Amino acid sequence: MNEQMEHTLRQKACQVRMGVIEGVYHAKSGHPGGSLSIADLLTYLYFQEMKVSPEDPKAAGRDRFVLSKGHCAPVLYSVLALKGFFPQEELSHLRHVGALLQGHPDMKHIPGVDMSTGSLGQGISAACGMALNAKLSKEDYRVYTVLGDGEIQEGQVWEASMFAAHHKLDNLCVIVDNNGLQIDGRVDDICSPGDIAQKFRAFGFHVISIDGHDFSQIEAAFAQARQTKGMPSAIIAKTIKGKDVSFMEDNGAWHGTAPNAEQYEIAMNDLKAVQEALEGPQA
Amino acid sequence: MAEIVKKATRQSYGEALAELGAQNENIVVLDADLAKATKTEIFQKKFPERFIDCGIAEADMMGIAAGLASCGKIPFASSFAMFAAGRAFEQIRNSIGYPHLNVKIGATHAGISVGEDGATHQCCEDIALMRSIPGMVILNPADDVEAKAAVRAAAEHEGPVYLRFGRLPVPVINDEATYKFEIGKGVTLAQGNDITIIATGLMVERALAAAKELKEQHHVSARVINIHTIKPIDREIIVKAAKETGKLITVEEHNVIGGLGDAVCSVVCEECPTQVIKMGVQDTFGCSGPALELLEVFGLGVSHIVRTVLDNL
Repeated sequence: MNEQMEHTLRQKACQVRMGVIEGVYHAKSGHPGGSLSIADLLTYLYFQEMKVSPEDPKAAGRDRFVLSKGHCAPVLYSVLALKGFFPQEELSHLRHVGALLQGHPDMKHIPGVDMSTGSLGQGISAACGMALNAKLSKEDYRVYTVLGDGEIQEGQVWEASMFAAHHKLDNLCVIVDNNGLQIDGRVDDICSPGDIAQKFRAFGFHVISIDGHDFSQIEAAFAQARQTKGMPSAIIAKTIKGKDVSFMEDNGAWHGTAPNAEQYEIAMNDLKAVQEALEGPQA
Repeated sequence: MAEIVKKATRQSYGEALAELGAQNENIVVLDADLAKATKTEIFQKKFPERFIDCGIAEADMMGIAAGLASCGKIPFASSFAMFAAGRAFEQIRNSIGYPHLNVKIGATHAGISVGEDGATHQCCEDIALMRSIPGMVILNPADDVEAKAAVRAAAEHEGPVYLRFGRLPVPVINDEATYKFEIGKGVTLAQGNDITIIATGLMVERALAAAKELKEQHHVSARVINIHTIKPIDREIIVKAAKETGKLITVEEHNVIGGLGDAVCSVVCEECPTQVIKMGVQDTFGCSGPALELLEVFGLGVSHIVRTVLDNL
């Protein structure tokens, strides 16, 4: 990846993170930690990888995205807003009565949302259905789904994984947000999945392990997934929960808590510092 | 006298799917390792490329159906009622019901007439579960003719539909040439003024037999209404019967909690308070045995309906 591209993506990812904080702060609830951990991945997906267009959100041949870890809706909304699917100001109405943006992704009303999710383990099955549809209809779109590393404790994830491999869904790319934390603590302390890469490999996936905050690695992983034929791909992305907000990083307490006014200021300042650092060499 | 033709509605389901598959290429059928029992294998043989066996993974199957529907397919996801409505309830609720996706759930082996397999497989709770999901249409056909019509209507309906079928071969009571099926419309099968029997599924034929016996042997004129659509229920036909005949007796092969009886009660208690006697499985689990014997054991024989009517006149 060239420097200019990486620079642009990092700037966008920072804007996406600001949108997360904006949304969760105004909602006075929501899930900032896991949203921040996948901000880079979603930024890459929506601005580089996926064929999607805000002008035609339901285009038949578009690539699909399913946020299986639906509680991280704030980051999906933030990236969709930045991409132009709906006005940025909707983010500050997140979770309000009568607002467009529901607490969890709602495909019926929110432009750009391909599947309603929120109950863990279910999104990956829907993603399999979408990928299978492409095979049945001989279409060449791809399907991406992001799972939490806690989420993979749900048995349905492995039902779906078996299905994906059996049906050779090479148009399906599963991304595991391996931030190591779930509500009750460290994933490895609660009910460890063990070696996540090994598990997906055993289930018949082409597995690519990366640093989920390194755009060069993200780019290479998606390229490799696209070139993989005859089997689905799984990208195991090592990430930091709460990434780029000082007091949230790797802190499970920020799984599902909104910042107060003071914390909001600190978080936004943290992100502004990231932004300024990025602007520095460019100016 | 012509011989009574019997057919299990699960058989009708499989046959109707195969017919529909020829007419609409968007129809895909999913099963969870029960294609021989649910009869989706009839479709599978004709359209193997549009048949997806998900393996023994009902929750996953519902999600796959949701994904397919989101891309324009019309999936019929099939399993036993217990594993469709029961095991995969939350997947149906969140992945299909909430986004109002165009998935049809073909649930066979409903009720205690599953027979010998016993309580773990005898689902008498599915109607209650499915009624509680906003926007879900519930069809519970009485015979072969109605079951096929229900499958066709479900395919044409935009949105989630739960179809309930049985394992036991049941008499064909409707005439294929003249029968008209409309979602949400009850059917008056016998006129009567003394009392009304409201039945659904395989109990419809039994209600008709009871009405005949009541007329011939007891000079009681019982109206018989077939409610094939549990949701949205035909309020008009129920209120009319309540006003014209007074007491209502509901008969269903389902728990008396949450099924047809409760649906009828909620209509009349809002619109014209009327006594309703609920016949069905009386909040107990089933047990093993031949289906026809079990229907007697659980108080769902023709004689039970006759007795209930006479006791409540």
